[in-house]
Amino acid sequence: MSDASATQNGPVLAADGTPLKRSLARALRRQKMRALMLIAPLLLFILVSFILPIGDMLYRSVDNKIVQNILPRTVVALADWDSTSGELPSEAVYTALAADMKEAAAAKEHTKVGVRLNYEKPGVASAFRKAGRRAKKFDLEAGGPWKEAFLKIDKKWGDTEVWRTIQTYSPPVTAGYFLNAVDMRVGVDGAEMRPERERIYMALLKRTLWMSLLITGSCILLAYPVAWLLANLPMRSANMLMILVLLPFWTSLLVRTSAWKILLQQQGVINDLLVWVGLVPDDARLQIINNQFGTIVAMTHILLPFMILPMYSVMQTINPSYLRAAKSLGATNWTAFWRVYFPQTVPGIGAGSILVFILAIGYYITPALVGGTKGTFISNQIAFHISTSLNWGLAAALGAILLVVVLVLYWAYDKIVGIDNVKLG
Amino acid sequence: MAKQGNSDAFVAFERVQKSYDGENLVVKDLNLTMPKGEFLTMLGPSGSGKTTCLMMLAGFETATHGDILLDGVSINNIPPHKRGIGMVFQNYALFPHMTIAENLAFPLEVRKMGKSERDEKVKRALDMVQMGAFGGRRPSQLSGGQQQRVALARALVFEPELVLMDEPLGALDKQLREHMQFEITRLAHELGITTVYVTHDQTEALTMSDRVAVFNDGRIQQLDPPSVLYEKPQNSFVAQFIGENNTLEGVVTEISGDTCVVRLDDGEELDATPVNVTKVGERTRVSIRPERVEFNKDRLKEGAHTLKAEVLEFIYMGDIFRTRLRVAGNEDFIIKTRNAPDQVRLEPGAQIEIGWLPEDCRALDAS
Repeated sequence: MSDASATQNGPVLAADGTPLKRSLARALRRQKMRALMLIAPLLLFILVSFILPIGDMLYRSVDNKIVQNILPRTVVALADWDSTSGELPSEAVYTALAADMKEAAAAKEHTKVGVRLNYEKPGVASAFRKAGRRAKKFDLEAGGPWKEAFLKIDKKWGDTEVWRTIQTYSPPVTAGYFLNAVDMRVGVDGAEMRPERERIYMALLKRTLWMSLLITGSCILLAYPVAWLLANLPMRSANMLMILVLLPFWTSLLVRTSAWKILLQQQGVINDLLVWVGLVPDDARLQIINNQFGTIVAMTHILLPFMILPMYSVMQTINPSYLRAAKSLGATNWTAFWRVYFPQTVPGIGAGSILVFILAIGYYITPALVGGTKGTFISNQIAFHISTSLNWGLAAALGAILLVVVLVLYWAYDKIVGIDNVKLG
Repeated sequence: MAKQGNSDAFVAFERVQKSYDGENLVVKDLNLTMPKGEFLTMLGPSGSGKTTCLMMLAGFETATHGDILLDGVSINNIPPHKRGIGMVFQNYALFPHMTIAENLAFPLEVRKMGKSERDEKVKRALDMVQMGAFGGRRPSQLSGGQQQRVALARALVFEPELVLMDEPLGALDKQLREHMQFEITRLAHELGITTVYVTHDQTEALTMSDRVAVFNDGRIQQLDPPSVLYEKPQNSFVAQFIGENNTLEGVVTEISGDTCVVRLDDGEELDATPVNVTKVGERTRVSIRPERVEFNKDRLKEGAHTLKAEVLEFIYMGDIFRTRLRVAGNEDFIIKTRNAPDQVRLEPGAQIEIGWLPEDCRALDAS
């Protein structure tokens, strides 16, 4: 560099007089283009099948355009209404609603907005259904007064709470789904906790985190000795053991979970054995499935290889001379292990733990099959909202919260352990 | 079994055997005694049993038969961590997750030494190997030579009376290796530590040791100080393994006291010192060091036998000249001459006569 700057001023030039930087960029452009072409199919596939759908789902967790689209006049008319006054909205609002409902009923869209608002205020859906049935025959010119007409159709139209709900959820974007996902709702004075008996999601999230932690912990305890054996046995036996570790991978997840059902149920293999040995009386067989215990046992088994493999690949790189050195320096077997061997395996434990924990936190099939009611995870609730209750907004909000929790934990892990300390091999 | 051995035997192997598979002996009937303060090197090709011996002494392998005594006490059943033997490993085995100072403090910590005493000893040990400024670094931040010094300091910091080194310089480049050879011997002698050093590098063995044990095939072939080992090898293996060596094969025709005459297969005769031959008619392999071969007749004794030789190649090596000859059908006969102003430079194709003092030429076993 000193040579170049000593002989010429300004940027370094290539042999043909163009600046070296531009010359280099041109030379590298072809390579970069080729690299891009090679990854293009995968990039496109991920974009179309992964990033766009996830983006769309995440948007659904705040999307609320439906109220504005179906009840445009009502939303405008209701904007001036003071929900704290205790009085019903003016006749103008009911007139606007009549016009909106007539249009919506003709397009058969009135039930959609009813269902949407029903998430926030149970009972609203039926009021919309009833009003929609009559709305087709509304005579907008001669009918009215509309306030009385609506009150006659359903007395819920005379409930200020219903109107407050419509007003609260009229903007195109809402935090309602997220509030719902953390057991809150929009009350008169802003966000407030739901009544005790309606709170489910926070408890479920806590349970999911706690059980994932237990599963990760039991995976560590079970995997460590196996990984140690794998890394220290002679080649032949280690290969055999490796096949045994990988065997579950080659079996269908459903088959493995069903096998646990057979083993753990009250008339199952384990209970039969315990009764036969006499440890458990026949009339008090253990309940070890369809609860948290069942979920933890089955998921520990299913996720175990994800813990063993990173641990094994890290242990394999640890030279046995470290242990010998420690012993020659006067350390007992335990001290040598704890002070010298174990710290070097921490990266493997870290990698395995992240893998198992993140897989566990979003696990669905196994808890659904062996979890009963007490051993299900938040993903089961998400699946319920996606496929049964069709409340996609809430499902998306729960999913987004799960994603954020995982990212926060990952960040915390990076702060405490350091992501550089994670090794997969 | 703890016998009252030789009073100056600090380390003793008594009839030690070792087998891994129950079929082959890796170490066959090893007997060895070492006085306190000695620097002994176990030298041999790979698979000769030298490392196994070291591991048995350290306690990582158990002897299949026989006793290993330390200061007169059998240590066969003492686990490695209670033997108090310092050890330097081939790959240094510095704990990667600890700093240099923590590495050095480790043996003191497990001995429950107080912190201030510990710090002082660590500092002294680091200064001893000129690594005082590196206590806060991690092993991966040091060069190979620096790691080597730290490994040495760690093996010495708890003041063991016996230190074992398993090819500690194998991974270093030539210059650094030579420097460390000097450092290690200096430290060992200054501190008066008994050292067992394993290597397959014969130069290392010769330059560092008080005595060298040459291993082959599970046995000690010869155990002697370096000069004796080089100048008076006891058998063909040692002669071949240590230093450069010319060999010629023939039959003993005459033995008188400490000289003998050997007739080579092409009929020529030469003078030698009988070592492994006892009677006339025995086949032998004679060994002559390249630097002891003379082609200047004036330096030979009156009536000494000479051999005809043809110069095949002359190699200029700076400090010495290396000349390859054909002697009695052997085309790899090497002579080395010093690059002195009056030195003759032999031309390829020249016919010369070579000879040597009988004590420089040793008639060894034919195998």
